Formats: sequence, structure tokens, C-alpha cells
Amino acid sequence: MGGEVVLLDFWASPFGMRARIALAEKGVKYEYREENLANKGELLLKSNPVYKKIPVLIHDGKSLSESLIIVQYIDEVWKNPPLLPEDAYERAVARFWADFADKKLYDSGTKIWKSKGEAQASAVKEFIENLKILEGALGDEPFFGGEKLGFVDVMVVPFVCWFHAYEVHGGFSVAAECPKIDAWAKRCMERESVSKALQDPEKILEFVGFLKKKYGVE
Amino acid sequence: MVKLALKLKGVQYEYIEEDLQNKGPLLLESNPVHKKIPVLIHGRKPVAESVVILEYINETWPENPLLPNDPYERAQARFWAKFIEEKCGRAIWTAYGTQGEEKEKAIKDAEEGLKILEEGLKGKFFNGETIGFLDIVACGIAFWLPVLEEAADIKFFDPEKLPRLRCWTEEYTKVELVKEAFPPRDKLLPAFKAYRDQMFGPKDSST
Repeated sequence: MGGEVVLLDFWASPFGMRARIALAEKGVKYEYREENLANKGELLLKSNPVYKKIPVLIHDGKSLSESLIIVQYIDEVWKNPPLLPEDAYERAVARFWADFADKKLYDSGTKIWKSKGEAQASAVKEFIENLKILEGALGDEPFFGGEKLGFVDVMVVPFVCWFHAYEVHGGFSVAAECPKIDAWAKRCMERESVSKALQDPEKILEFVGFLKKKYGVE
Repeated sequence: MVKLALKLKGVQYEYIEEDLQNKGPLLLESNPVHKKIPVLIHGRKPVAESVVILEYINETWPENPLLPNDPYERAQARFWAKFIEEKCGRAIWTAYGTQGEEKEKAIKDAEEGLKILEEGLKGKFFNGETIGFLDIVACGIAFWLPVLEEAADIKFFDPEKLPRLRCWTEEYTKVELVKEAFPPRDKLLPAFKAYRDQMFGPKDSST
């Protein structure tokens, strides 16, 4: 499949990581461009005028934003290996869980480091509850996609490198609360597409420290 | 939204009304995660989340495709659907459900959202000459928005400033299948007025 592919991204963004993993799984060559979120470039502002956010995928000059939509696009244009299942019902289930991860994981995780005291304790409880629900959906399969990495795995796994930051600030352990998720995370990291896209959890922890100062949460 | 998609595909279905103050066991069993409607049950398999349901309907009954074939155009339709739900829908419902400063902010957000949407509307419908995915998702603008405006004493939609959306609403609400899929205004308005009165007391001029 021809055409130049550019990804506008930010190193720590779990949403950007989704696109990186999908492109790597499909073996697509692309140019990665790091955006300075404090000083957004013209190309970013032009290609995502509505939200002005990363990631943005530019394929053959045409730009797309919103990671869930980008990954579905990648899956439809570069068909192998497929990320979404063939069966329409299975696809609906995968989309449901991707939507759940989108709505519940990032927000509850962010609340953990952005708050203190009771609000923080409540955020930790919510995050663990959401993770347990996902753990239930995983069941006894190696991946959300079944035998192989699939759409939901790609949507959820980037948050894994943020877990350490949530754990340190929230005072809990993902491995203790959700052992199956912990095992699943380690399994995903064995894939090069994932291990290359995810960042070192210590670097993310440091970044969260910087964000806390920036937002005045100490 | 789901009823309209099913009608456009010519699919026979059974409609079960849920009492949201007293959710039935079938709903709780088929959507244990969110416990919300709509839920589509096909065979014995439940599908939840309205946009997920729309995509499922589109893929299961391929005649009269609701989404474009081209992956880029499809991605654009999905992008705008998300925008409508998150930016416009959320702001409109927040304005309806709040008072004071929060309400004012939500009204501004909704106006901004609608303005951006207006610019994205190029043809008679979002899908071109016929209704598609995006028109279905935007149904709230045609049906609920005017009801919520009146029930909460707000004006987000100035037809002078949003001529394309005004035309779209007129054309959309003329389509027979669309009319069949949505409850009439005279049923919706009293229900939403009553609900707002329940939240804030009878309408007064301070809001």
C-alpha cells in the first residue's frame, strides 16, 4: 500500500503509542515526528484544527485524528495481520471494550496523580474497579484478541507503562490487585511492536512529577 | 438512533421500552458494565453503546451501507460522529441538566460545537444526498435539541447563524423513516420539562 505516512505524536502519550503499535504490527514504514505540546507546530494545528491534539496520522497528505479512529483506519488500509476480528459480533465486542478503555482508564488514572487525600483514594478505587472489569473481559485468554494481539490489546497496553506512576502516587499495586492483567502486560511486552512503542515506566513517573508541578498538585 | 438504523436497513425488530428508574433484569444482564440503553440483542448476543451498535448493524446487514466504502471517508465519518456525541451532545445535555455558571459554560461549548459542525456540513445531509451514519448520530440535534432548549429555557441553535444545520434539520425531519423512528415533540417536551422541574424546582427566571 503506497503513500507517505507521517505520525505526529508525543513520546509519553498512550494514545500515540496505540498508533505506533498498530503501524509496527502491520509493518508500515512511517516518519515519526515529535510534537512540542507547549508550542504546537503548524502542521499539527493545520491537520487537526478541531482538537489540536496528537496523535495525528497523515497518509498521502490526508490527515486523521483520534487514536481509536486512527487504529481502525490502519487496520482497514493495511489488512495483515488483522487487528479486529472477522465476525461482526466479535468486532462489536472489541469496539465496546476499546470504548470502555477510552472512557474509563485514562481519566481515572489521571485523577490519581492529579488529586490528593480522599479524592485520590476514590480515584484509586475507581481505577482498580475499571481494571478489574477489563480483567474479567480478558478471562483466561492470553490476549484480548484471543490467541494473538488484537485491537483491544493495542488500545489498552499503552497504559501499562503509566501503571508504575499511578501505583507510586496512588499507593497500590496492579500485580496485587489484578494479577491476570499483570501477566497479560508482560506477555504483550514480549512483542517487539509493543516493547518499542511503550516508554520506560521510570521516565513516565518522572514526567508525571513534572505534570504535577505544572498543574500545581503537590 | 438505533431504531433509525434498523429501519434504514429494513430489519425487523422488537422494541422493548425500559423504565430507567427501575431497570429490568434483561437490561442489567445484557449490559452489566454500564447498565444503560440502548442495547441491541441479536439472537442471544447483546451489543451495547450506540455507535458500536450502529457499526454492528451496518456490518451485519450490508445492504444500504450507512458508512462510506473508502477507509479515509469512513474515518472522517467516525471522527465527526465522535465530535457530535462528545462535543455537541455532552454540552447540550449538560446545559439542560445544570444551572448558573455551569449552564452558561455548557451553552457556550454547545454553540462552539454546533458552529464547527455547521462548517463540516457540505451537502444536503452529512452523507451527501441520502442519510448515512453521521446523520443518524446527529439525530439529537434535530429532535432533542429543540425540546431541551424549550425545557431549560436556552437558545443554542440560532438558525440565522447556522443556515446549513437549519436546512439539514428541515430535510431530515421530512424523511418518512426518520419520523417513524423518533418520538413526537409533544411527548418529549412535557417529559423533559417535568424532569428538569424535578431537579431544580419549577421554572423561574433566575436560571
